[in-house]
Amino acid sequence: MKITIQFGGGVHLLFGNIKLHEIDLPDREKHWTIGDLLLWMTDNLLQERPELFLQDKSVRPGILVIVNDTDWELLGCADYVIQPKDTIGFISTLHGG
Amino acid sequence: MPSCSAKCGRNAILKRPKTSDVLCKECFFEAFENEVHFTITRAKLFTPNTTVAIAASGGKDSTVLAYVLKLLNEKYDYRLKLLLLSIDEGITGYRDDSLDTVKQNRDDYEMSLKILSYKDLYGWTMDEIVAEIGRKNNCTFCGVFRRQALDRGANLLKVDYLATGHNADDIAETVLMNILRGDLARLSRCTSIITDSGDGIPRVKPLKYCYEKEIVMYAYFRKLVYFSTECVFAPNAYRGHARVLLKDLEKIDPTVIMNIIHSGETMKVSETSKMPKLTNCTRCGYVSSQEICKACVLLEGLNKGLPRLGIGKSSKVKRLLKENEEKNKSSGICRGEEDKTCLCSGTDSMKPVKINELVLKELRI
Ligand SMILES: [Zn+2]
Ligand SMILES: [Zn+2]
Repeated sequence: MKITIQFGGGVHLLFGNIKLHEIDLPDREKHWTIGDLLLWMTDNLLQERPELFLQDKSVRPGILVIVNDTDWELLGCADYVIQPKDTIGFISTLHGG
Repeated sequence: MPSCSAKCGRNAILKRPKTSDVLCKECFFEAFENEVHFTITRAKLFTPNTTVAIAASGGKDSTVLAYVLKLLNEKYDYRLKLLLLSIDEGITGYRDDSLDTVKQNRDDYEMSLKILSYKDLYGWTMDEIVAEIGRKNNCTFCGVFRRQALDRGANLLKVDYLATGHNADDIAETVLMNILRGDLARLSRCTSIITDSGDGIPRVKPLKYCYEKEIVMYAYFRKLVYFSTECVFAPNAYRGHARVLLKDLEKIDPTVIMNIIHSGETMKVSETSKMPKLTNCTRCGYVSSQEICKACVLLEGLNKGLPRLGIGKSSKVKRLLKENEEKNKSSGICRGEEDKTCLCSGTDSMKPVKINELVLKELRI
């Protein structure tokens, strides 16, 4: 399943400095939730300091998740079932300025 | 997908942390801007026909502040002259990207931009200071100079107001930190929406009641360009811990942010408690708990070729100054962590510095 991942607010620094990732999630019986995606990203994309991205099987508080321009809090957060061609953004609020 | 709480018929795009309302993009913009307008008018932040310097770092808060102030100034005819004020610390390579972002703000929002360097304000760049003092202690200089730079800059430009992008999360965090430190003088000041730094130029915080999440969402949906620096990822002392604690609490119940600010606002320090008195520095006039403020002590050290003067507690510095070569076994800790965006935050700088060795070495001219 092809989806797009975007990073903002400095999160890309943990992912090899790349802000946009076009990824292809492996096909499987079970659907993919964002919770599953977070673990997949940790294993396959994350380059450093996982504790700055993940906490308790969700994103670290202070990182906003936006699915197709909608706050994931409206979509069930980590339980949201990912659809083909979704664009999922991770934006840190933890920056100065 | 839920529909907008404002019953406009559109789909909601976010959940507001402050109210739990779910709003569409248009209703969110309107709610966010109206709240800032309400904050400004209720606190009577500005008088018409004055000049407001917006402290601009290129980051999300100051970018949103500049955008919203421009919008409200036109919409409600505040009749303010808005300008952007940026500080260049003079660290090679560090500010290039964020100053580019500020220049983009200048063009996008059609405001004039004044960039003042540490050289303009203090006579030294951070690079020159690092050359004098070495990497280990530059946190102290960076933090202290940074805190005063905007005030000194506003003074230099003779503006009527200095507006900063402090948001609700920042203020709640500062309340927590001042409680953790037992800093009662700062605790009672830190929630004020208007403060005076001693020069008669009010510092105002129009985004005081805006949640950080909403500021980031506002910038995202308005497609505002801002710059994020890496240094906040460096975990540093109280600031870092207070931030993490706050974000964890906020996840359980976002209203804690407002509750902490409210507690800070209504907390009264008992009249019988001993308060460190805040006065104004006799050299530069900046608000200080000492006769001479930390920046002036540090500057004096730099200018006299004793750059390590002032690293450590001020009482100790005074004693050292007076007694000159008397040997004592005190130690000082870098205070750079007081500034949440200290440039040189790092584990090295957090190590205690033996002041007796350092200062005595420097005093032996
Ligand atoms: Zn609406
Ligand atoms: Zn001073």
